[in-house]
Amino acid sequence: MGLSYEEGKKRVVFGLGLLAAVTVVEVIISLFGKGHIIPGIHDIKWVFYPVALALVGLSVYKAYFIIYEFMHMKYEVKGLALSVLLPTLLLVWAIIAFFQEGNSWKNRRELIKEKNVKPLEEGQQQGMIPSDTYRLDQQEG
Amino acid sequence: MATTDTALDHKVDHSQEEAWQGGAEPFKASYGKLMMWYFLLSDAFTFAGFLITYGALRFSSVTWPVPDFVFKTAPFMGHRELPLIFVTVMSFLLIVSSVTMVRAVQEGHRENKNGVVFWMLLTIIGGTGFLSCQAWEWTNLIGGEHMSVTRNPFGTHTESGVYLDAEGKETDEVFKAGSSFLIHKGGAAEHGAEEGEGSAEAHAYEVGDHPGYMMDEKGFIHRKFKITDGPNAGTVGMEQFGPAAFGALFFFITGFHGFHVFSGVMFLLIIMINAASGVYASRKNGYEMVEKIGLYWHFVDLVWVFVFLVFYLL
Repeated sequence: MGLSYEEGKKRVVFGLGLLAAVTVVEVIISLFGKGHIIPGIHDIKWVFYPVALALVGLSVYKAYFIIYEFMHMKYEVKGLALSVLLPTLLLVWAIIAFFQEGNSWKNRRELIKEKNVKPLEEGQQQGMIPSDTYRLDQQEG
Repeated sequence: MATTDTALDHKVDHSQEEAWQGGAEPFKASYGKLMMWYFLLSDAFTFAGFLITYGALRFSSVTWPVPDFVFKTAPFMGHRELPLIFVTVMSFLLIVSSVTMVRAVQEGHRENKNGVVFWMLLTIIGGTGFLSCQAWEWTNLIGGEHMSVTRNPFGTHTESGVYLDAEGKETDEVFKAGSSFLIHKGGAAEHGAEEGEGSAEAHAYEVGDHPGYMMDEKGFIHRKFKITDGPNAGTVGMEQFGPAAFGALFFFITGFHGFHVFSGVMFLLIIMINAASGVYASRKNGYEMVEKIGLYWHFVDLVWVFVFLVFYLL
């Protein structure tokens, strides 16, 4: 244990104040981004990005503080810290991959919606299967 | 053979020989603590999977309910609009209980039994308070606003327009594209209605399609409106349910977190009783059990940081 009892007690009070303050700041930023503080600001499209970035940054800071101070990761051996923290880097890949995937689902749905309204041209095949695709029902008939 | 053996024996130095005897701790942490860390790592992946699913489905939807509209109610506040206030109070409760847990661990290191029990008791009260808040939130969403795992009455306008009254005449209630509405239930189920965008004034609604609204068999009143911009300008539109995945994701993820809090409270209770009865004092290991449940409890707080971010802030 790196800290004496008295130091540790002070650190806890500091931690409480810090986490509470960061949470309040987060809520204020979130409400700002939704147009509750300056009406109409949420209609500006790009405002969302800095707001989201700030919120994610503050949340990661809170997570860091909880792990390093409250869970005492600061005072553990480096190997322990790395063996627990490094695997979470895989999540960076997961976030990028799955958000991309979600966006692609949306685009595909929009495309299908668009194609559904379009009238068929003369001789145009319905659906997305190319005409030279091997099909069971053709062979039967 | 014997010669090779002796040759090997010479190469093995003393420290390596001891390593095979066990007892070495490269991470300077007990088995129990180490395994708690790895359990928490695996649990973090479970939660991350859930939250990333939320993100992927949100990205895949054209519209998504905005949290400051969905979560704007609080107990004892009537129908005043208080966006995110109640959930901020919930976050504070969890942070405070995390801090009291740190104090319990500190008292444990000093082998101070009464201190451990006192601070653990405060932690349990904080956790129970959080669960009570969540119970209220769920009750309000299910009973008051009729959200379920498969139904999400929080919709979003994709076009600007003006609401029609029950007879199909234009009212002065205008809305912009992107604004949110809550589809209310008509009849006895309605508790005077939370007056917000999209709420209707008192009127005897009947099931079926009407000029100004459509009431489905379940009693949901889908209000009609005249669209005032875009390619559909001039035509009449009707309020549609929001993406159903929102309800399922909300109940599953906050439920899974709530269940973690609940189990945490149970374990805290057991360990507090053990501590009070002197089980850990006789072990003379600085109340390591309290330290382990402390790690779990901080993790629950840590997960809430991200649930709070994903569901309520963004």
